[in-house]
Amino acid sequence: MWEFVNFYFLPGVVLGCIYALGALGISLTFGILRFANFAHGEIMMLGAYFTLSLTALTGLPPLAAALPAMALTVAVTLALDRAAFRPFRGAPAIISVIASFGLMLMIRSAVQFFWGVQPRPLLRGIQRPESFLDGAILLPPKHIVIIGSALVLMVLVHLLLSRTRIGKAMRAVSDSPGLARLTGIDVEAVIRATWAVAAVTAVAAGVLLALDTHVESMMGFKMLLPMFAAAILGGIGRPFGAVAGGLVIGIAEEVSSFPFGGTEALLNPAYKSGIAFAIMVAMLIWRPSGLFKGRVF
Amino acid sequence: MEAYGYGLYLVTLLSAGGIYAILALGLNVQWGFGGLFNAGIAGFFAVGAYASAILTTAATPEHLGGFGLPLALGAVAAMAVSALIAWGIGRICIRLRSDYLAIATIGIAEILRLVLKNEGWATNGPRGINRIPKAFEGLPEPWAQLGFLAMVLLTVLALYLLLERAWRSPWGRVMTAIRDSEAAARAAGKNVERFRVQAFVLGAAVMGLAGAYYAQYIKFIGPDATDPLTATFLVWVMLIAGGSGNNRGAILGAFLIWTVWSATEIFTPRLLGLLAGLLPADLAAELKAETVVRSAYLRVFLIGLVLQVVLQRYARGILPETRPAVAAAPPPAAARERG
Repeated sequence: MWEFVNFYFLPGVVLGCIYALGALGISLTFGILRFANFAHGEIMMLGAYFTLSLTALTGLPPLAAALPAMALTVAVTLALDRAAFRPFRGAPAIISVIASFGLMLMIRSAVQFFWGVQPRPLLRGIQRPESFLDGAILLPPKHIVIIGSALVLMVLVHLLLSRTRIGKAMRAVSDSPGLARLTGIDVEAVIRATWAVAAVTAVAAGVLLALDTHVESMMGFKMLLPMFAAAILGGIGRPFGAVAGGLVIGIAEEVSSFPFGGTEALLNPAYKSGIAFAIMVAMLIWRPSGLFKGRVF
Repeated sequence: MEAYGYGLYLVTLLSAGGIYAILALGLNVQWGFGGLFNAGIAGFFAVGAYASAILTTAATPEHLGGFGLPLALGAVAAMAVSALIAWGIGRICIRLRSDYLAIATIGIAEILRLVLKNEGWATNGPRGINRIPKAFEGLPEPWAQLGFLAMVLLTVLALYLLLERAWRSPWGRVMTAIRDSEAAARAAGKNVERFRVQAFVLGAAVMGLAGAYYAQYIKFIGPDATDPLTATFLVWVMLIAGGSGNNRGAILGAFLIWTVWSATEIFTPRLLGLLAGLLPADLAAELKAETVVRSAYLRVFLIGLVLQVVLQRYARGILPETRPAVAAAPPPAAARERG
């Protein structure tokens, strides 16, 4: 029982928190800019590399270095929007998808060019797990940090979307861009805010993932499918649906290799990343609007 | 002697370019005719390559088969398996907007890669399938390579004629009508889903055939034989630069971009060398040390840049689409809008 919780369920929650942060940005950009951004994973990876370099340059701990890295990544994302996406605002959404597909490869090859392809740790050394409930539950400190920071960020995004003027404007554009424009909302400002929120949450997801594993140039692409699956599972344009979707997929991926009722893993761990795809396909067949009645384009 | 060497280089360049032209024609059916986004070209390609390899290699304990069947049969099977997978994906995603198809195809390509890597009993896992027979390889050089090249180019020609026919046929017109205005096509009583699935499946079958040829050409296929995203992306750049919706554009784009891509293999290390000359000595030494590795990334970056420039400045490609019905008059701007 505790083996299940410690080695399958809790790692699933940790992974789920990371997916949730990533899916949040995908869901927001899909809802407001109305296209599936394939470069989201690479923005996340870029932020992790900025953090890596900033820790090396300044000696700051990773979470502190993540803040200037977020600012940098937001700047890069806004520049990319202007260069690659703004020319297609009025064009069919699929053109933006193609542009994002190209950006995905460009960002990755640029990172590989400057930083190389060797995986690098963000956090050195081995951590002793903290024990709770008289040693029944074991959780390494980094996992506590990941879950804690993810929760803080989700609450902040929630407050932004529900309490601030720009957050409300973002939800209005997501529901109906035409109507939002008619009421005098500056749609371009909303788009910039959306990119900023997406970039900040993406960098957070990237740094937290790097804390758990390491920084590598393929990390963004590996996250792409689970993040899209989480966004679709929760319902496009429903940020908290994306969070729930991320948790479900993270937990499902880890729990799938638990040997239920036998000695063999339920699913060969090599196929772990197939779980997200299977869940996504199932949703597309039976309920494309997702669990929380999102948008279907 | 040198001319002979250049001649052989030209033959390999054209053979690989021809295989890419087949891929670009397949994508043209999906995207150019039908407006269907496929981000998993490498997946359909790989499935075709494996299907053909397993059927045509001689019996071996390393993987499923080989069954030693004729190459033509391998090619047909490659098309069939690829088409079958496309049918499954198409049934699920085609009623949704193309974004979902994009996500699903990138997903299926990734799953296929996992399966090919992990099901060692059938595919020999990461070590891949070796000793794949190649058409005309019994002939003496250079005739073996020329024979293979002729086969590839004739296939490109045959596919071109067939797809040109399809493009002009009522079927092709319905496809473009659906692409340009789904609602209008539906109102005219066309079964939009069925036509779209047909285009997706036909395109995938063509991509499977390219896979079969590639397996013959390299005589080896492995799960990581080519970087799947780079390959997929190259085909997209080929079609969009050549002119989507135009079969001749697809072929031209394939040969052109393939030549540029192959040339950059020679050219980017030199560019890096020039850059190194401008930098301080220690940085320059570091840059030079990894020139070969780094120039590979620079190539991907540059081809990405080409796509962005083409998309924004020359969206219609080198040979723009011409509508068969109004060939004399330029197509209205609205006809190019897709959704």
